[in-house]
Amino acid sequence: MVAGTPDSHRIVITGIGLTAPNGNSPKEFRESLLAGRSGVTPYEIRYVGATLAGVCRFDELKYQKKKDVRRGTRAGSVGIYCAHEAIADSGIDWDRIDKAQVGIYVGVTEHGNVETENEIYELKGFDYDTKFWSHHHNPRTVANNPAGEISLNLGITGPHYTIGAACAAGNAGLIQGAQMLRLGEVDLALAGGVSESIHTFGIFASFKSQGALASHADPTKASRPFDARRNGIVVAEGGCMYVLQRHADAKARGARIYGEIAGHHLNSDASDFVLPNPERQAECIERALQKAGLSPADIDIVSTHATGTSSGDIQECLALRRVFEHAPRTLFNNAKSFIGHAMGAAGALELAGNLAAFDDRVCHATINVDELDPACALPGLVTNQPREMARACTVLNNSFGMLGINSVLIVKKI
Amino acid sequence: MTTTNIREAVLEILENIAPDEDLSDLKDDVPFREQLELDSMDFLDIVMELRKRYRVQVPEDDYLELRSMASTVAYLEPLMKEV
Repeated sequence: MVAGTPDSHRIVITGIGLTAPNGNSPKEFRESLLAGRSGVTPYEIRYVGATLAGVCRFDELKYQKKKDVRRGTRAGSVGIYCAHEAIADSGIDWDRIDKAQVGIYVGVTEHGNVETENEIYELKGFDYDTKFWSHHHNPRTVANNPAGEISLNLGITGPHYTIGAACAAGNAGLIQGAQMLRLGEVDLALAGGVSESIHTFGIFASFKSQGALASHADPTKASRPFDARRNGIVVAEGGCMYVLQRHADAKARGARIYGEIAGHHLNSDASDFVLPNPERQAECIERALQKAGLSPADIDIVSTHATGTSSGDIQECLALRRVFEHAPRTLFNNAKSFIGHAMGAAGALELAGNLAAFDDRVCHATINVDELDPACALPGLVTNQPREMARACTVLNNSFGMLGINSVLIVKKI
Repeated sequence: MTTTNIREAVLEILENIAPDEDLSDLKDDVPFREQLELDSMDFLDIVMELRKRYRVQVPEDDYLELRSMASTVAYLEPLMKEV
């Protein structure tokens, strides 16, 4: 935030919990990113058949009973796991927290497709007679489900809802949490994003019809943003939830502070259903920088959104060139090259993968760049091997989504 | 189905609906709710599974018949005789 911002408006991260296709904790995830370890594997889903995906392998039963897993959704289980891990990581005395003052803000790209597809698949066996349609359908598919399952599991009685913002949702969840803390609506926010999208055949089939579903003989090479031979998106599941607090509250309890949410912005392209608009993306980045009181040269790492589609990657690079033209020290990386596109969780996960740089001053790479697309040749793009940095104090996190929603979040070391 | 078969069928459904519970010492004459963590959605699951697996329809007015293993089996016996 700009100088003079009151402490009540300064929001900091004090806990992180995540599951990614290549790690079930911030530490494991970071180690995979630095080691060049992909989480993309062969995957099979009904109707589409053999394909590839980023699949998470966390222990669902660590924080849920079998019955709760059966009754709920995969997004709910992902959210519950991440929320518990984030609270534990924050070191907060959870039993003494007023649960009415805790808010849950979960970004989602979509929700309900998985459960609806499953139910229709079941119903087919009963000749589409709707008296065999499950009474669990509505509680599983209401848009607030992933956040609501966290509330039920943890006994949180403050507000809970999801923020539907396509693939900008991870950042949007964090922004919502920060804003609610500033407004004094809650005293602690569990904020981030989740995705269960690998369990809906529709997302794979739709990307395939669009010519945007990645394929490769070696699954670990399939997600290749910025590479000349990229051929689309690898769909991934995952989640990442943060504990956010006002700076004064975090300081008062002597919390470990990962960083401060220094600035953020959301805007819309208003130009196309799927094709990104680099002008609006650039404006979004510039407005976030302005709110943070930072210039482009102050940004040490840009966590790019690039998904591995031919046009999307180029569009983002146009926006980045415009904003960072005079910022030669700024480095750019991409976590989707490791795990695929975790949709609603992407922004939150990709940020988490970079925050450790504040401690180790290493920028993780973008892997699978065998032949850099000249249109994506950003001067500071870190390819294939991590790079040590003289300074790592700021991360700018891009997350963009369909229907032209752009989100940018800046986190600063304090 | 015999009475024994019906009891086994209900037990299988319960195992599915309440996977965390130990059903080995389930008492047939004691209401399910006094022995197991079951709520209204779980009872609807029992109704749905009977419909899906055995095409048995349990009207809402009869839901109370499903309160214990003994009452459930007694209620289902005439309905599942030909299953």
